[in-house]
Amino acid sequence: SVNPDLGSERQTASFSVERLTALLDGGAEQTRIRRAVVEAIESDPVFSRENQYFQTQNERYEAAVRKAVHLQKKMHEMGWTEDGPEYKYIYRALSGDVAFLLHRVFMRSISVLGSDKQIAKWIPLATQHKLIGSYAQTELGHGTYLQGLETTAVFDTATQEFILNTPKISAMKWWPGDMGRSATHTVVFAQLYIHGKCYGIHPFIVQIRSLQDHSLCPGITAGDIGPKMNFEHIDNGYLLLKNVRVPRENMLSKFCEVRPDGTYVRQGSQKINYFTMTTVRISLISDEVLTPLMKACTIAIRYSVVRRQSKLKPGEQEAKILDYQTQQEKLLPQLAAAYAFYFTNDYLQELFNRGYREIQRKNFDMLPELHALSSGFKAVITQHCTAGVEICLRACGGHGYSLLSGLPSLYTKILASCIYEGENTILLLQTARFLIKCFMAASAGQPVPPSVTYLAAVKHGKCPAKNKLDFLRPDIYIEAYQHVAVRLTSNTAAKLQDLIQSGVKKHDAWNQCTVQLVQAAKAHCHYIAVKNFAETVEKLETKAGIQKIMKHLCDLFALHGIFSNTGAFLHDGYTSAAQMDMVTASYLDLLAVIRKDAVPLVDAFDFTDKSLNSALGSYDGHVYQRLYEWAQRSPTNQMSPAYEKYLKPLLHNTLSKL
Amino acid sequence: AAVMSVNADLRRERAAATFQPELLTHILDGGPERTRRRKEIEALVLNDPDFQHEDLNFLSRSQRYEQAIRKSSLMVMKLREYGIADPEEIYWFKSFVHRGRPEPLDLHLGMFLPTLLTQATPEQQDRFFMPAWNLEIIGTYAQTEMGHGTHLRGLETTATYDPSTQEFILNSPTVTSIKWWPGGLGKTSNHAIVLAQLYTQGQCKGLHAFIVPIRQLGTHEPLPGITVGDIGPKFGYDEMDNGYLKMDNFRIPRENMLMKYAQVEPDGTYVKPVSDKLTYGTMVFIRSLIVGDSARSLSRACTIAIRYSAVRHQSELKPGEPEPQILDYQTQQYKLFPLLATAYAFHFVGAYIKDTYHRISGDISTGDLTELPELHALTAGLKAFTSWTANAGIEECRMACGGHGYSRCSGIPDIYVTFTPSCTYEGENTVMMLQTARFLIKSYTQVTSGQQVTGMVSYLNDLSRQRIQPQHVAARTVTVRINDPTSLVEAYKSRAARLVESAAKNLQAELNHRRSKEDAWNRTSVDLVRASEAHCHYVIVKLFTAKLAEVSDAAVRAVLTQLCLLYALFGISRNAGDFLQAGILTSAQITQVNQHVKELLAAIRPNAVALVDSFDFHDVHLGSVLGRYDGNVYENMFEWAKKSPLNKTQVHESFHKHLKPMQAKL
Repeated sequence: SVNPDLGSERQTASFSVERLTALLDGGAEQTRIRRAVVEAIESDPVFSRENQYFQTQNERYEAAVRKAVHLQKKMHEMGWTEDGPEYKYIYRALSGDVAFLLHRVFMRSISVLGSDKQIAKWIPLATQHKLIGSYAQTELGHGTYLQGLETTAVFDTATQEFILNTPKISAMKWWPGDMGRSATHTVVFAQLYIHGKCYGIHPFIVQIRSLQDHSLCPGITAGDIGPKMNFEHIDNGYLLLKNVRVPRENMLSKFCEVRPDGTYVRQGSQKINYFTMTTVRISLISDEVLTPLMKACTIAIRYSVVRRQSKLKPGEQEAKILDYQTQQEKLLPQLAAAYAFYFTNDYLQELFNRGYREIQRKNFDMLPELHALSSGFKAVITQHCTAGVEICLRACGGHGYSLLSGLPSLYTKILASCIYEGENTILLLQTARFLIKCFMAASAGQPVPPSVTYLAAVKHGKCPAKNKLDFLRPDIYIEAYQHVAVRLTSNTAAKLQDLIQSGVKKHDAWNQCTVQLVQAAKAHCHYIAVKNFAETVEKLETKAGIQKIMKHLCDLFALHGIFSNTGAFLHDGYTSAAQMDMVTASYLDLLAVIRKDAVPLVDAFDFTDKSLNSALGSYDGHVYQRLYEWAQRSPTNQMSPAYEKYLKPLLHNTLSKL
Repeated sequence: AAVMSVNADLRRERAAATFQPELLTHILDGGPERTRRRKEIEALVLNDPDFQHEDLNFLSRSQRYEQAIRKSSLMVMKLREYGIADPEEIYWFKSFVHRGRPEPLDLHLGMFLPTLLTQATPEQQDRFFMPAWNLEIIGTYAQTEMGHGTHLRGLETTATYDPSTQEFILNSPTVTSIKWWPGGLGKTSNHAIVLAQLYTQGQCKGLHAFIVPIRQLGTHEPLPGITVGDIGPKFGYDEMDNGYLKMDNFRIPRENMLMKYAQVEPDGTYVKPVSDKLTYGTMVFIRSLIVGDSARSLSRACTIAIRYSAVRHQSELKPGEPEPQILDYQTQQYKLFPLLATAYAFHFVGAYIKDTYHRISGDISTGDLTELPELHALTAGLKAFTSWTANAGIEECRMACGGHGYSRCSGIPDIYVTFTPSCTYEGENTVMMLQTARFLIKSYTQVTSGQQVTGMVSYLNDLSRQRIQPQHVAARTVTVRINDPTSLVEAYKSRAARLVESAAKNLQAELNHRRSKEDAWNRTSVDLVRASEAHCHYVIVKLFTAKLAEVSDAAVRAVLTQLCLLYALFGISRNAGDFLQAGILTSAQITQVNQHVKELLAAIRPNAVALVDSFDFHDVHLGSVLGRYDGNVYENMFEWAKKSPLNKTQVHESFHKHLKPMQAKL
């Protein structure tokens, strides 16, 4: 039975939860397929995550390998294929708790960077798991800045081999997943040298472990990099190469080739490759970033209607903590952000599909815009969602701190997304570079890509809102966001020019403006997210209450952004002090409105209890019973050797014998 | 590992500092003599082979608990051997032994013994204190329940007096009433001070404290009627056995109720306590410790991030030149230096509250409690403000270290998970902010009814003077000089006044609309929290500014003044909306503030490493490969990783169990 405190929340939903779920999935048929995949995975005990919170790093790793191996069998059994409609739901159903994710990156990099001959040789081996691959790019001393990598690959014409070396400690490969213990092969990125000349970074396939007994190959030192905040199940590894020789054919050579005599040949355009790398940033948003935030919201909001604390009215029962305005103000903006970025992600996916079609037709015009959007949104969404999960964690008070709540592991997992696939600050600066360039072009009357045409239309008006209800009009708040984005970009562009004109070197001027540039890039993305949310709401079906509740969330997302950054909107007087009071009033009113639908809104995300793996967030709301039962399963509740060894002498006052 | 010299980058940084770090260390410690003594105690612990052990990152939770309990036992013995009795010196010793982590005897030493001292009758002290002092009795303090934390009146555990046997019958009537979270309860303690609703003669008399034996002396088995255990894995606190406790008709003698104040007579007659103001004192004290802890935890994170940023080189600033230290990037400075300034600000605030507490405690013993309500209200807010800020700041430091910050070897994950619960314990932060707000609103109401208020809220008196004029408070003009800390204090003061007034007016408007006071309060609570934050922010800027005048060394004062300005200006920049909306600053001034913040970043840059060196954390205490004093980061990361449990064998067993069979089948 369902806890009545949670059950009653579902009675009053203003919209159809099932319809909203279907909308998120992209149709009822998709929902059906997704649920079938989840059901198949969760009913299989090999994939269970039941005791995950009690396991050591070694146990987690072993379980992940076991699951990865079992998955092959399962897919075969179920008739799921890599290009079938079920495939994209598998990872979500496993909650990412599986090994060999880098094996897929290994395969993709060969497909993208390898010649036809290389693809024909390696892909079948990898598909059949005759070998296990990894992808070794990051080094101890270098991450995002690829040109700085120090691993070397020297071509030896005499033997037709490349000799790979780790010349110093900071050049050691560090972090690649699956490499610490599992991988037999890896794609190593190294500086290519031919006849003493450096040709820059190139990819090489290197075997690191024996296919017979898994021992390390000669010249290879490899291992696990030790405990991290999360990803205990992944063996992130280090790799040290000492005069490791690989045949000339092992350099991935779709774009560059080294001929037997050492001639270096460039071929084809790398732009498509560049595009592929850009898509990776977008592809991680759904599973690695949105899902954790949606789960965290589900847990925190369900718990907040079960938890009661203090009284709101004398003589009444203690109130649900979600009835407190301060609790609403913590959680509901996160919920709105989850929906906002869900739709942003749809927008980006569509844009990238279009970009892909253009590129196939050899039209590369969209690339700079796609690059800027993917960099900026990767940074903005990961940062926003990471902060959101942490807010959910802390909003659950003491119990949120227990691993059994599920929130600490969601948090430690999502926060890694702020670092991998490009450090966020660096990505925002790439977006900023694009913005400045487009702003200059627009000012000079040149055409600019669609997402930045607004930069040309600089208006110096004032916000026209007259009362608090005006701030529930998308045209009003979209324009406010647009104004801020334009102002930040144009001010920074002007500042840059001033500095350069006053004799400051270009790169110094750039560094002196980076704080502002980051703000401009964020404002640009925020503007697009708000605009896209409002446009999505416009197009939604009006039936079943969907459009109405989504409009509320859109308003909340927009007004929360203004409320938490009032300075940007007040600056230059676009919004007046009195208008800011209206924003606050409308914003706080919305909290009470959305409060009523909070539980149905997280129910619509449709996470099973097993996938939430949380004592606080399960569908039936039996929080305390579950917490008590799970705690009793903890291995710490078996008798600890500490009693006999230390506590007993302590209690018997025989300390001196220690 | 081989002896390595100090990394050249760090050597250069230290040589370029404009002040002597030791002098600043003395200021932080409260004088050169305190520094000397602290280092002496540090050496006592760090040179003691009994306190050495494997890196905790590689141990399981059970092993970590075992190490902690081993060290705690030795610690108690050695503290007595060395005759260390001063509370601050005990704190140092403990913190060096456990390297800033919690330990299973924390509640015994920090709550059980002090509660016996303050709330037990002389007869009870005779019975319990010496055995507890000698650790035959190990106790904990069981207050929080599964269903209730900060709201104490909601606790459900019952203690029903039975006059026929002269016993209390303790019960956990519901699942939610199970005691949950107390440290040391799960495995370590054999006694607990249990807070329960007292029922006598058919009436509930509210919460009272009882000494409850929970495990058999000798066998350590739970007593009949007691269910006790560990609550399972947490984000951090691996070495602590936070526990649960369920009682079923468990009987204790009447004499086990702590009866120095309230009493139950043999026939069940209840005798009320005289005053409850004294319990304020303990809360103020513990919350002042959290403010200090916020400062220290943030300082540790800053030390790691800033040293690492001086060692790490990345990308290019100038075409063709070698990769620069990442600390030379404006964005990196913008992430770290405001946090460094914050850490210093919080140090001074923590010291101020501690001193004020000691001063007022003196007053309490002479019966003068007038300042206590304000101090209580202020510490609630400062506890919340500093712990929230430090919590977020630690994470920013970790993010500023990129991928390596995510590794346990950076030490920052550990600082974070150990620190973050302080946002919840000893009063959930939002609730704390609202307590401060209640005091602010009360003061505001006093002012509007013509009374004067004193202390940190005296700025509210100005509002009543303003009120005589018809103009809105927002229209007030303040001349703010952005280079002058005293002038910035005034700006923060105006902001606090404006937000308190605005919250009070909104509250009044809600009261005019609605019947229930609680409902109106709830509907204004977001405004109220903002008002409290502004008040705390003002207090911190004020205290930091006041500290500058006390610094005698000119070079140290110069660098602290830069930090103070950065703290104040960065806060304005981040909260520009408040200052703009209230008309305290113009848009042009905000632009100047933003510009000046960037200039201060560049000015502080040469002293950044020296400023974290001044915190004077020993490498062992810092527990970070990235933050090592010698800066030899990469070599030591490799050494550290080799010890990972996954590296115990060259070929992991899962190869034989899973990989090989799969490859054979395919």
